[in-house]
Amino acid sequence: MTRKNIFATLGGIVAVGAIIGVLAPLLQYYGNPANMGICVACFERDIAGAIGLHTAGVVQYLRPEILGFVLGALVAALIFREFKPSGGSAPMTRFVLGIIAMTSALIFLGCPWRAILRLAGGDGNAILGLAGLAAGVWIGTLFFRKGYSLGRSYKQSMATGLMLPLIMLGLLVLRLMFPPLEGMEAAYKSGVLFYSVQGPGAAYAPLGIALAAGLGIGFLAQRSRFCTMGAIRDLILFRHLHLMAGLLALLAVALVVNIALGQFNPGFEGQPVAHTLYFWNFAGMLVAGLAFALAGGCPGRQLFMSGEGNSDAGVFVIGMIIGAALAHNWGLASSPAGLGANGAAAAVIGLLVCLGIGFANLKKA
Amino acid sequence: MAHKVDARGLACPQPVLLTMEAIKSTSQSEIEVLVDNEASRENVSRAAQSQGWSVTQSDEVGEDFRILIKK
Repeated sequence: MTRKNIFATLGGIVAVGAIIGVLAPLLQYYGNPANMGICVACFERDIAGAIGLHTAGVVQYLRPEILGFVLGALVAALIFREFKPSGGSAPMTRFVLGIIAMTSALIFLGCPWRAILRLAGGDGNAILGLAGLAAGVWIGTLFFRKGYSLGRSYKQSMATGLMLPLIMLGLLVLRLMFPPLEGMEAAYKSGVLFYSVQGPGAAYAPLGIALAAGLGIGFLAQRSRFCTMGAIRDLILFRHLHLMAGLLALLAVALVVNIALGQFNPGFEGQPVAHTLYFWNFAGMLVAGLAFALAGGCPGRQLFMSGEGNSDAGVFVIGMIIGAALAHNWGLASSPAGLGANGAAAAVIGLLVCLGIGFANLKKA
Repeated sequence: MAHKVDARGLACPQPVLLTMEAIKSTSQSEIEVLVDNEASRENVSRAAQSQGWSVTQSDEVGEDFRILIKK
């Protein structure tokens, strides 16, 4: 019969949102970049830099939080017998959606998690990003109402389910073997890993704290199915408030903790790792939101599902990491100075590709 | 015979979407939903209850889950 999962209750999801709301600002307090306690898109971008897929010297660091998210979810899934290796639901399409999700999120400068944390830190530009996110997810729900589906996934071998978790474990080993070095003056290489000495990539909480927070959040999010995109989607599609309650708890608690830690600075100008281009904050997140919706999860949820053995989600994660490399190699990513040289083109192409994927995968009833 | 919904292998939000469609369209008072993961089982059960249906059975069948909901 039904084993009771307390984290799947309303109280459970609110508690998980609240815990993330405490941990994320604390990670900033312990060294992570401002309004970036946790940002799945930014941190995967930093990982892409750390392994040399791009050479933007200010955003190279192997973020332990991301590794922790996958491995924490893996541990939870194994303990509660929810580790189910699966895959085969349009992996190539999910790879492309991952690329677009990342290039679009980097136009806004953050994933939905960071959009919430930016708002909780007083960054008004995040309102535009969140509005864009909601608009993109809404477009996604229109496709779902018309029968959009990437098809069924099927059971896979244990080894296939473990691929992404093992990659993350391998990266953790590299981080332990090749730690950051003291006294460096420019971006440098320690062993095989690249490190920033300035910019957001040089701002990080100590390894133990970052990894513990990542593992804890990965564990709890696997149990509760916490998903930022799903929160908006379920509200639009079903008028369900369940996941939204978790998201609002995260926002409310992070706001309080930020005020308590003196990390709350309301305004639009001069916000950390942000720009004030209203249209592009909105448009970037609109395209990202559509990509998340079509792929079935926000960047965080894709990591947690990868930990459960879902290799389709794993392919999306790899797509995001490749997307980050393209974003920085090709001038698609924004910076506090404004839009990247080719950012506008990336947004337009991303939108067209998402719409194409949406229309091409409508199933007739 | 219960109305059947096979949502195995389908990602969010499709199991819930298919269940909601079945609730709206079926003339029968019972629906059987098959899903292949715990999260979908929770979501489908929660969605059915939000529509005033009750979950009468929720079993593990091999690798999958079989949820019976009743008006």
